[in-house]
Formats: sequence, structure tokens, C-alpha cells
Amino acid sequence: MGIRPALHFLENNLIEKIISEARDLLCNLGITLHNKEVLDVLSGYGATVDQDKFHVLFTNDVIDKALGSAPSSFKLFDVLGNETHDFSGFNSYFTPGTAAIHILDHKTNEIRKPTTADFIDYSKLMSGLNYIASTSTAFIPADVTEKISDSYRLYLSLLYCEKPVVTGAFTIEGFEIMKDLQLAVRGTKEALEAKPLTIFSCCPTSPLKFSDVTSQNVVDCARFGIPVEFISMPLSGFMAPVTLVGSLIQHTAETISGIVISQLTNPGTPVLYGGSPAIFDMRYETTPMGAIETMMLDCAYNEIGKFLGFPTQAYISLSDAKSLDAQAGMESSMGATLAVLSGINNISGPGMLDFESCQSLQKLILDNEVCGMTQRMARGIEPKEDFPSMPLFQELVKEKHLLISKHTRKYIREEHHFSGKIINRANLSRWKEEGSLSLTDRANLEIERLLNDYHPSRLPEDIKKELTLRMEAEARRNGMDKLPE
Amino acid sequence: MDILQQISEQIDLGDDEKVYELTATAIEQKIPVKRILEEGLLDGMNIVGKKFKEHDIFLPEVLMAAKAMNAGMELIKPLLLSGNIPMKAKVVLGTVRGDLHDIGKNLVGVMLKGAGFEVIDLGNDVSPEKFIETAKREGAQFIGMSTLLTTTMPVMKEVIELLRIENLEGKIKTLVGGAAVSKSYAEEIGATAYCYDGSNAVEYLNSVI
Repeated sequence: MGIRPALHFLENNLIEKIISEARDLLCNLGITLHNKEVLDVLSGYGATVDQDKFHVLFTNDVIDKALGSAPSSFKLFDVLGNETHDFSGFNSYFTPGTAAIHILDHKTNEIRKPTTADFIDYSKLMSGLNYIASTSTAFIPADVTEKISDSYRLYLSLLYCEKPVVTGAFTIEGFEIMKDLQLAVRGTKEALEAKPLTIFSCCPTSPLKFSDVTSQNVVDCARFGIPVEFISMPLSGFMAPVTLVGSLIQHTAETISGIVISQLTNPGTPVLYGGSPAIFDMRYETTPMGAIETMMLDCAYNEIGKFLGFPTQAYISLSDAKSLDAQAGMESSMGATLAVLSGINNISGPGMLDFESCQSLQKLILDNEVCGMTQRMARGIEPKEDFPSMPLFQELVKEKHLLISKHTRKYIREEHHFSGKIINRANLSRWKEEGSLSLTDRANLEIERLLNDYHPSRLPEDIKKELTLRMEAEARRNGMDKLPE
Repeated sequence: MDILQQISEQIDLGDDEKVYELTATAIEQKIPVKRILEEGLLDGMNIVGKKFKEHDIFLPEVLMAAKAMNAGMELIKPLLLSGNIPMKAKVVLGTVRGDLHDIGKNLVGVMLKGAGFEVIDLGNDVSPEKFIETAKREGAQFIGMSTLLTTTMPVMKEVIELLRIENLEGKIKTLVGGAAVSKSYAEEIGATAYCYDGSNAVEYLNSVI
């Protein structure tokens, strides 16, 4: 075996100090938690709770109990029940960035609100993108009432794509139908627990706060064994200390809080030690996801998560650009490379532009290639019938090339990653002869090809019907007579 | 599956021994040699060519297929000659005088041989006179010239002018390529064709013979 290339920003003694500071914050400054039920549970385990002020001071015992019960790895399965993810060690998987409010229309190059038709196209495209292992509820169709906009995305994902789904509920009520849709696919609660189908993103509010919705979503997911990724979002210099270490202390405290809520509700519930921290750009008043310090924060908290024994997640490999331009490619590929080198287990980002606000099918096509290349990089360099090398070089000298050597044919596809057609490697003349296609042109051709090649999900028809019945009932309950065609 | 289809399939799989055996059987069965060539050997290479273009397979598979086709060609070559059935063309190849960069030229040679063309590779730093003498002596229909350097590009023009002087223009066609060369330069110096890589050269030659 070769060396799995790895990147480190933190030494263990610094990680220990950061965790120690975070524990101190949790035990002596405490967090705000707007959920009576969770406060009661924490109180029952010895935390100091002020129900009137929605405030809790943790104890080290409570923290240790939670950290000790969370699993160090878990698996994910597609709608057909096939294993797709093993979140352990340094295994890295990509998933599209989630919950954008806009889409970049690849036909008009206009940024606009997305529709159901866009989400269906997106789900079909995701079915064909080999290097992005799960789909996500990547954007919010604006042609349904916002009351069902969280569950409706999950419904369309389960209907059109076989991959597991990274998602999340926007309200406490939204969880119910989102859980029911998953039960329709798996059949029973036990089957769903045995083969998780989704990951729910649950976001603490910086600084050091859990809303009623987030707390309840964490509790509800734990009750059904649905994996949760905690998305703590400290903003360095604004809602968090400007230093990266200071932001990491805050991130650690917020993430551990979530793990405590989850594990005290149902010990052993799978969790991802995740996040979406960013620096705050004091010139534009924005949260750049393409900033190098943002990426450094992601990689560093991943190290802290791994040190604590958790599989990890990060919003990295996305871009602040507004179109499929050089900035988009640069920021996303830099993030993807760092993320894979760091061994982040669930890497959220592909397709995303404009911070975390705009999904792009064109960019998904490009990012899929970035994902493929970084996954190749992660396999590293290892000897394969290279020692002794003399016979191969004798063959080379004799034949003058190794194009048809057995050694070449045996290892060519393992050693060399062959990128898709969006990556242009033709010489100038060939590129011209083939139409001088720009990156956007090539992305659009690939989108059309993948949509044409789409094969419907093999989820049994009766389950698809059941999903539709449940979603239609949910729509009616929320004032929509019927779902968009 | 008839035997010609089997030949085609085994070419696609790059199995030279099977293609040799199947071609021998086809000859024994008195299948016209033109059919063996067109519906067996060349049909297989066409399938391979399409797959290569779509990036379903890569150079090693193409060259294995070509090797398999050549195994069959060995058997039918004498029959083609005796039956006056035209063979594939002969190409004289080299990098032009002053240029030692021969990786691209070598690849073109490998690809052309693989596609069944007869290649006389003069190596690198080849003078215009040597290109023409060799082509005349060997009865080659094509001269393929390559250069990486802009400084040596004019040598290609010298070759074309010499052919004109010797009244061979049109009889011996010129293919040019290499990093410094472009389609417009090829047109400017009066080359018959510009080929941007090995498979493009094969594609061009297959289209004109």
C-alpha cells in the first residue's frame, strides 16, 4: 500500500487546548437553548439549567457521556438498500452544496429562483455524476409553498435519484413528513435505522445558541436513528473571534453541544462532526466560502473531530463566484483538494456558487471532475509490479514504446484518472476543429448528454406511488391543492 | 454469429491469435478475400475507432486491436496482391532537418502501422532530399513530416518545393504536423494535409485512400 496523502494544520497539544477551552465555555459560560424538552433532559443528567432564560451550563460528565456514546463511524445506503458510504477513517465522499435559494440557469446564464422542473433535472443529473456519491436537497423550488419546501426537495430526490440524500428540515413540523418519506422507502423504523438513507444538517446559531427548531430536529433525528451533521457557523471577526484558533474554540463548543443533545436523546445515534465556519469579509460584509482561511478552519476542525473520534463533514469546495468562471474553478478545486487531503468524510460543496446561495448544473459537471481527480489523488502512489524495473525497461528499449505493454494495459485505468469531456486536453488544432468550445459550452453539452442518458430510479413503483400520496397529502395540509407537474 | 462477425469481434477484443485462426478458417471456407477484409478486419477496426473517439477505450486498446488486424492481414495480403485488390498506402515518416523532437512523430508511426499502413520511419533530422529519395525508391504515396520548432518549419516547405521541381506534386502527397504547425501554415506552404495527432493522421489517410 502507498501512503494516503494527508494534510495537518494542528498539533495534538493545540487540539487538546482548543477542546479544553471549549469545555470551559460549555461548563462555565454555557449556551442558550430554546427548547424546554431538551433543557429538561440536560437537567436530568446534571446540567445546570435556567428554564426562564433558556440557558444551560454543561458538566464535564455530561460531555464525556455524550462523546463516549457517539459512534466513530457509520454507513449510508441508497434507496435500494445498497451501501454507498462508509464514513470512517480518511474515506472522503462528496455531496452537492445544499439549500441554495437560486439556480444558475444553464440555458440563459441567468441567476433566478428555481422550480420543480429544475430540481428534477438536477436529480437526473446527479444520477449520472459518478464522483459525487450522494445527492443533496441542493436548492429550494420556489413553485411550492415554503411550508413544504424542505420535504418537497427530499420527495423529488427520493423519486428521481437512487443516491442517499443530505438534507434538513426547516421547521419542527417539516421533520414528520421527511421522516415518513424515508419510512415509505425503507418500510419500517428498524429498517431505516439499520440502513440510514439521509443525513440531516442541523445548525447551531452562533454564538453558542441552539434554536427551538434545531434542537427539536436533533432530538427527532436521534429518535429515528437518522444521522445528523452539525453545522456550526462561527464567523471569524464578527460572530466569533477573528483568530482562527478562537473561531475553532467556538466551533468546538457549538458542535459538542449538538452531540450532547443527540447522544443524550438516543446514545449511539450516528453523527458527523461538521460545520460551515467562515471568515467575515469586512469590506463586503459577506462570508466568503472560497477564502483560504475558511478552508483552513474546515480542515482544522476536521482534525479536532477526528481527534475526538468522529467522522466529519464540511462545507468546502464551493465558490463565491457568480458564474462558471476561473474563480469558481479555482476556489472549488482548492477546497476539494484540501478537503480530501484532510480526510473530511462528507464534503459538501459541489455545484455551489455565490457563497451558499446558488446551485449550478454547469458547475456540478465541472466539480464532478474535480471530485474524481481528488479521489484519485487520495489513493496516492503505490508500487505495482515496478520492482524489479529492469524487464519493463528492457521492453521499452526493445519496443521503443510501452503503449501496448501488458503492464500498461493492466494498470492504465488504475494509475491514470481519465476525466470527462468537460476537461479539455486536446491540442489546439483539435480543440479548434471540434468547435473551439468554451468551458460553459462543454458543460452544457454534458448536461444535455446526462439528461438524455438518464435512467429512471429503480425504486419500486408502489413505493414511488406511496411517496407521492404522502407528499400530496402534506401539500394539501399546507394549502396546496396539487403539486407542480 | 458468422465468421466475419467473429473476426470483427475479436479485433475489438484485441486478440491477435484468434483473429489469425478465424481469418485462416474464413480463407479455407472460400469467403472472398475482399469480404474478409471489409466485413471482418476493417469492420472490427471501425468499431474500435468509434469507441476510441467516444473515449470508451484508449490508445492501448486501439493498438491491440490494430495488432490483431495485422495478424489477419498477414494471411490475406498475398491474396489481395494476387487479386489486384488495393492495399493500404505506404508512408515515409520523419522529423525535418534540424529537429530532434520525435515523440509526436513516433506516435503517428505507431498509429499508422496499427491501422495497417506501411510506415518507413526515417527518424529525426531528415533532409528534404532523403524524404523524397526514400519515397521514390519505396513507391510511397505519402510523406509525413513533423516539427516542434518554428525555426525548422520552413524545411517542410523545402520538401514540397522539391517535389514540385521533380514533378511529383500530387503523386506523392505531404502530411504535416507537430506542435509548431497549424492548419493555416499547412495551407500556406501547400501541404496536402495537416494532421493534429496520430489518430487524426489515420482518420485522414483512411478518408483519402
